[in-house]
Amino acid sequence: MRFIDEYRDPELTAQMINLIKQSSVKSINLMEVCGGHTMVIHKFGIIDLLPKNIRLVSGPGCPVCVTDKRYIDQSIAYSRLPNVMITTYGDLIRVPGSTSSLEKEKAKGADIRIVYSSTDALDLAKTNPQKNVIFLGIGFETTSPSSAYIVRQAYQNKIQNFFLYSAHKVMPPALKLLAEGEVKINGLICPGHVSTITGSEIYEPLVADNAIACVVCGFEPLDILQSIFMLVRQIEKDEAKVEIQYTRAVKPEGNAIAQNLLHEVFEERDDWWRGFGVIPRSGQKIRQKYGRFDAEEYFDVEVEETKIDYGCICGEILKGLKIPNECSLFRKNCHPANPIGACMVSSEGACHAFYKYGKLNQ
Amino acid sequence: MIYSENDRVFLGHGSGGILTGELISNLFFYYFKNDILEEMTDAARLKIKSHFLSFTTDSFVVDPLFFPGGDIGKLAVCGTVNDLAVSGAKPLYLSCGFIIEEGFSLYKLEKIVQSMSEEAERAQVQIVTGDTKVVAKGQCDKLFINTSGIGSLIYRNKGIGKAENICNGDKIIINGSIGDHGISILSARNELNIKTNLMSDCASLNGLIENVLEKSEGIKFMRDATRGGLATVLCELAEQKNIGIELNETDIPVKEEVRGVCELLGFDPLYIANEGKVVIIVKNENAKEVLEIMKKHPLGKESRIIGELKDINPGLVWLNTQIGGKRLVDKLSGEQLPRIC
Amino acid sequence: MCLSIPAKIIIINENEAQVSVGGAMRKANLQLLENPKIGDYVLLHAGFAIQILTTDEANETLEILTEIARLNREDID
Repeated sequence: MRFIDEYRDPELTAQMINLIKQSSVKSINLMEVCGGHTMVIHKFGIIDLLPKNIRLVSGPGCPVCVTDKRYIDQSIAYSRLPNVMITTYGDLIRVPGSTSSLEKEKAKGADIRIVYSSTDALDLAKTNPQKNVIFLGIGFETTSPSSAYIVRQAYQNKIQNFFLYSAHKVMPPALKLLAEGEVKINGLICPGHVSTITGSEIYEPLVADNAIACVVCGFEPLDILQSIFMLVRQIEKDEAKVEIQYTRAVKPEGNAIAQNLLHEVFEERDDWWRGFGVIPRSGQKIRQKYGRFDAEEYFDVEVEETKIDYGCICGEILKGLKIPNECSLFRKNCHPANPIGACMVSSEGACHAFYKYGKLNQ
Repeated sequence: MIYSENDRVFLGHGSGGILTGELISNLFFYYFKNDILEEMTDAARLKIKSHFLSFTTDSFVVDPLFFPGGDIGKLAVCGTVNDLAVSGAKPLYLSCGFIIEEGFSLYKLEKIVQSMSEEAERAQVQIVTGDTKVVAKGQCDKLFINTSGIGSLIYRNKGIGKAENICNGDKIIINGSIGDHGISILSARNELNIKTNLMSDCASLNGLIENVLEKSEGIKFMRDATRGGLATVLCELAEQKNIGIELNETDIPVKEEVRGVCELLGFDPLYIANEGKVVIIVKNENAKEVLEIMKKHPLGKESRIIGELKDINPGLVWLNTQIGGKRLVDKLSGEQLPRIC
Repeated sequence: MCLSIPAKIIIINENEAQVSVGGAMRKANLQLLENPKIGDYVLLHAGFAIQILTTDEANETLEILTEIARLNREDID
């Protein structure tokens, strides 16, 4: 398939690996923020191919993983209201809440539908006027424009029964915290698809203030290897700058139309990230003009007290402080068929990737 | 009691992965204890006086009822015929039970029955007994079919159903591309608004399998790769027999459109249902010959050797990826769900 | 995050397109793009085309990779 297979060439891969091995002397930590990168690294078996002096650390770029458990509990509370239809991306359906999950509620009879696109959710609102349709909006800047779009559509078409429950977040504040955190990050494999929207300039503060090498990276194996090479090259020369490896999709200025749409519909708010606590100005709330579509404003529900999972260290894993093997629940109580923390539920969570891949090396 | 009043069945319990396995061993095997059942073969091996029989059952609840390449009726015949054939038996007789929702179209029912009749003739089996129930509107989703089947276990000494003789070095062969059925059904359901030209691979494999068993040696195991896909068959085998299984990604045939949908939704073709694919484990020295025999049959034209059994990493299945890395192929935990992350 | 896949625009119908991923067709919303054309490859994410993929850049990336590989092989030889 075009734009895909070319970047999975085994011969080019082997040569890139050799080049990385030859160029890389220092022991370095490279953080791959984006869960999509985590997936590709494990799916294609890249980890084992890299030299031992390069340590890949997984970061908080997995929207499912960083979403507060309370969001799930509140979504479940919404689903129990009469005449409510919950529409959600498949990613959320198995995430454990305090005492239940959307999947469990669906099995008990709640109207919960998985959609591929936010527009499918809006269509369901149009074809089910007797129901209040709430769309669970998760995701970073790649995904939030599609939520902004349907809110604006609902506004323009005066749709009465559609609502968004936003858990949308933005990356830069979290990246800043990581840069100043306990794990020394030498280089950042920057999220390529977020960057198609935001542009690459959002990484400049990390370079200027924290001297972290930044490369905006695509999602095929060769993209990742080339990005690692570009980071190694910067770090070996004691340089730090923002480079774009994913030139076929990312422009320095990003996607202006999407940015404007985000700005029109959302405003910043402080938000709670699993593992980080509250990060100022890191969340996206619906602006007052569109407030009537905000599920949090419209629906009044009682949400159960958030249950703490003792022993779950997803938070530390998301900050790169610990690896899944160091969690006392990993593989014992917590595994894909019975996930306790979000890092195990999400197929791009570090724990899930580690679980699936790790056994082979034992 | 094993379960409490709060425990529920999820769709994942029917997907063929870990949850299904747990339900079967924790509930059904617990109460239905016997040696034959615990062999866990696709078809039960029965000995009645001096006759060896294979006996199997399967239920069909597919939605939509009609899809490109077949319908629930064709599926109901193929599914049971295949379970018998992979156990080494010659499929002979089927039973057929219908549970029909009130108001269901008789025209559609006739088309389905016609389809069953055509497939039974193709597979050279007879439907010899049946049952019909009608339930009130809303009490079942249009139509459910159960078929049970009996076959004469001609190849009883080959221990095929139980993989008695598999060992390091045995090769793994599949008769064609994976994922066609599952993706064509997903596309026909239209919930995700994805369209393809894919047809289900739904087919009776007994002709192909008979050719292989008659004309060659060294067949050690066969299973049809239905729900849960190729990966589930191999993970179960690896676990039951404590052997390692290595697969080569570039050797596994996947149609372009199947790949396209999988990339789009974040699915893995290894776990997607098939209805016309058989996985065969064959002795290394016989592998090439078996492959040639399979390729001569219309349902085996795209057969490939996709991997081999190893005595390292016992109990695990792994994939040599197309870029030269390795990754584990783990058991399916629940249904695959479309994701944005 | 952000599972996005290159998809080719086959048909455009006002603000929407039918795009193809290996022959599988899906509706895609084009409203986040400027001037998409039939034949363009776009990044498809959750039903939205979020960027047009530039062939020139794509080819350049591949050329760089191929060149690196070539030089590397020569070094080793």
